Amino acid sequence: MRCLAALALSAMAWSACALAPETLHDLALGDNDAKAKAISVAAASGDTAYLPLLQAVLDGEVQTVGDAQILLVKGDTATDLLTGKAVTPLPENRDDVVINNRIRKELRTAIAALKLTAPERAIRLAAARELQTGADEELLPAIGTALAKETDDEIKSLLLLTQASIQLTSKDKNTRLAAIRTLAESNNSTTKTLLLGVLEQNGDTFAEPDADVRAEAEKSLHAVQGRLSAGEMVGRVFSGISLGSILLLAALGLAITYGLMGVINMAHGELIMIGAYTTYVVQNLFRSHFPALFDAYLIAAVPAAFVAAGLVGMALERSVIRFLYGRPLETLLATWGISLILMQSVRTIFGAQNVQVENPSWMSGGIEAISGVVLPWSRIAIIGFAALVLAMMWLLLTRTRLGLFVRAVTQNRTMASCTGVPTRRVDTWAFGLGSGIAGLAGCALSQIGNVGPDLGQSYIVDSFMVVVLGGVGQLAGTVYAAMGLGIVNKFLEAWSGAVLAKIAVLVFIIVFIQKRPQGLFALKGRMAET
Amino acid sequence: MRFFLHADGRREGLGVSVPGGTAFVPVIAAGGPRFARLLPAKGWLFYVAAALVLFVAFPVLNLAVPPGNVLHLSDYTVTLIGKIMCYAIVALAMDLIWGYTGILSLGHGVFFALGGYAMGMYLMRSIGHEGVYQSDLPDFMVFLDWKAYPWYWSFTDHFWFAALLVVLVPGLLAFVFGYFAFRSRIKGVYFSIITQAMTYAFMLLFFRNDTGFGGNNGFTDFKRILGFSVTAPQTRMALFVLTGAALLGFLLLGRWIVTSKLGRVLTAIRDAETRVMFSGYNPLYFKLFIWTLSAVICGIAGALYVPQVGIINPSEMSPANSIEIAIWTAVGGRGTLFGPVLGAALVNLGKSWFTQVLPEYWLFLLGLLFILVTLFLPRGVAGLLRAARRRTL
Repeated sequence: MRCLAALALSAMAWSACALAPETLHDLALGDNDAKAKAISVAAASGDTAYLPLLQAVLDGEVQTVGDAQILLVKGDTATDLLTGKAVTPLPENRDDVVINNRIRKELRTAIAALKLTAPERAIRLAAARELQTGADEELLPAIGTALAKETDDEIKSLLLLTQASIQLTSKDKNTRLAAIRTLAESNNSTTKTLLLGVLEQNGDTFAEPDADVRAEAEKSLHAVQGRLSAGEMVGRVFSGISLGSILLLAALGLAITYGLMGVINMAHGELIMIGAYTTYVVQNLFRSHFPALFDAYLIAAVPAAFVAAGLVGMALERSVIRFLYGRPLETLLATWGISLILMQSVRTIFGAQNVQVENPSWMSGGIEAISGVVLPWSRIAIIGFAALVLAMMWLLLTRTRLGLFVRAVTQNRTMASCTGVPTRRVDTWAFGLGSGIAGLAGCALSQIGNVGPDLGQSYIVDSFMVVVLGGVGQLAGTVYAAMGLGIVNKFLEAWSGAVLAKIAVLVFIIVFIQKRPQGLFALKGRMAET
Repeated sequence: MRFFLHADGRREGLGVSVPGGTAFVPVIAAGGPRFARLLPAKGWLFYVAAALVLFVAFPVLNLAVPPGNVLHLSDYTVTLIGKIMCYAIVALAMDLIWGYTGILSLGHGVFFALGGYAMGMYLMRSIGHEGVYQSDLPDFMVFLDWKAYPWYWSFTDHFWFAALLVVLVPGLLAFVFGYFAFRSRIKGVYFSIITQAMTYAFMLLFFRNDTGFGGNNGFTDFKRILGFSVTAPQTRMALFVLTGAALLGFLLLGRWIVTSKLGRVLTAIRDAETRVMFSGYNPLYFKLFIWTLSAVICGIAGALYVPQVGIINPSEMSPANSIEIAIWTAVGGRGTLFGPVLGAALVNLGKSWFTQVLPEYWLFLLGLLFILVTLFLPRGVAGLLRAARRRTL
């Protein structure tokens, strides 16, 4: 914008002549009402010659000398706007043209209206966005001409919307009807608000006096809502899948350790937190040592998070959990103690405040799947990452010797031991694996949320629920449970608010395990109840 | 039922399988009326001594001895001990369900808090017009621009009704929850996790302003209870004595339950539930009874806690709080009734000392406590004491 103004300034000498002197006079010397009127005249004229002038007034570069001279002052040089001649030296007794917020707003709107005819698409788009708020009836002709010339669809739809919303306030019934019909074509969410405004009812008085118009608005609203709700549906399914993949990452590790050892690891959330903090440390290392490679820090952070959390997990298994086998309730308490210690350690080392983990630049922004629904790259990346981790897990469990052992021990520990499976060593490795996956979850979470000492606590109950719902011993159960919970949660959220949604899901799970105490996908076979 | 296989694989003979249960054998064998047999002679001596200290010594030292005298008991100490006795009641309730029946609840905080909230509703309504906004409604409702009490606040201005709620709300919740959970034979870790989810859900619910319980600020700024000022030393002492009476009463009740046939069945459920079923008992009703009773006791403890501490908010329902209850019981010693009382006192005294002196190390210590007690002290302090006594004898 600045650039454009500067360019235009060089051409000031001749373009200034095209301006109507009385408009210029009012703008510089009139009172606020006169200024506003002059601005709307300038905007309605559609003459781009006004553009630099309006911009200059907005930037405080227009000054007056008495009633006679109106100067554009740029650094040390001044141009007389009425004559177009340079004035040297600068007169001493200059006064600023004072503008208040109302005038500033009018100026911006007028500038936007004039810019609608700019050749660059980006400028026109920005101008059309600017006009969405603050345009009024006087701009209608300017918008009309711009619409006639406009070729870009996005700008066109924005302008149509603006035009319609102005026309809605018109006194002429047919104009209003036409506007409402135009709105029916739009799939912008503000349209809905506009139409709802038309239908607003206060006691017996309607915002819209005419019944025909109301009926038309009703029809348009229906059409718009249909289209919007399709978009919302896509958005909701997407955020459900996104939440589901986070739950999946958080619960996968837990499902392995629970399935294998019957041990619910209450410190699992803190292993997630360790993964997130590892990501933070790696990010800082990259920032201070390899700033050029900053966008690639995740490549190092992912394995680092896996290894860090995995090592902590193996250490826990070796030092505490292995002595509590056969006493699952005690394990619950001991691992809770571990989680307290881990949390407090992190607080001591990194402080109690959240730390900043910055996304690599390629993760910012998103793609617009359908109009109005933007899918952020960070979320897409996490869904992909969860799928990748799942695939690796599946390969590991079904195609490697360790996976074979893990499955054997999960199904029947004693029998596995009899056939020579080193169950104790398998336990340690599996625990390390589960913890490592928790670390990966932490790495992923650091990209979309706050990283703080309480990070783990906020996911732990949810990941327990996934395990409870999905049952143990099969990846499929965990996957279905995580995705199901994620999507159901998001749909309920839209319907009843986040907290009630969460409560409803918890109640649902409690009711669900009445029917299937072993979860969705219980291992089939003769499982003796112990 | 000659042998019970313990959860940790120990075998004990002669039908008495309470950890360290040998102490009970002479009691059960001894004659005399049922009530007198509840405690051994020495136990009664301790019991009466405790009652004398709580009901005579403490009130005299706090109220009659003037401040400044070395023997004077400060109001702070009275509140602290009163608070700890409430916790001790909760630990006792936890012991009944965990120590004796083998069901670890990670949601007992919710019963405690519900009892507290029921009492808090009464206390809020007896503030009257003395709130900041001097309205009929509590301040938080005025702040939310509510015009009338929601339906679930009706009658809470009567003490008797609030007292009824203290018992009924936790009891009913526990009954319904327990019925469904035990009916489908959810147990062990699963049950623990589900109870944790329950308390978590309640915490979220009570954090909402729209729920009508003051959101995250909860209830506070109480003025009077049954017409007496809550800050007056006499009221505090009355509440203290009441809490002490409740603690001693529940100790006897617990003792009566665990030494009865019912208690034996509960212990048997803990050690070999399938075998109890094969012997013709339906564990559902036994579990349901003790679970509901435990919840009610927690609710009463909560109701006694709130007027003494002067605040109740949803953080009481946080999963962490409920797990802490389990550690009081574990530190003291599961399967003994005296142990959890001791454990609650030790842990909470330690907590209030540590959080004043070394606040940043308290969580380390608490975490270590969880680990060390489960690893090295499965019978808790009570077990240690018993072992020490056996060695000296």
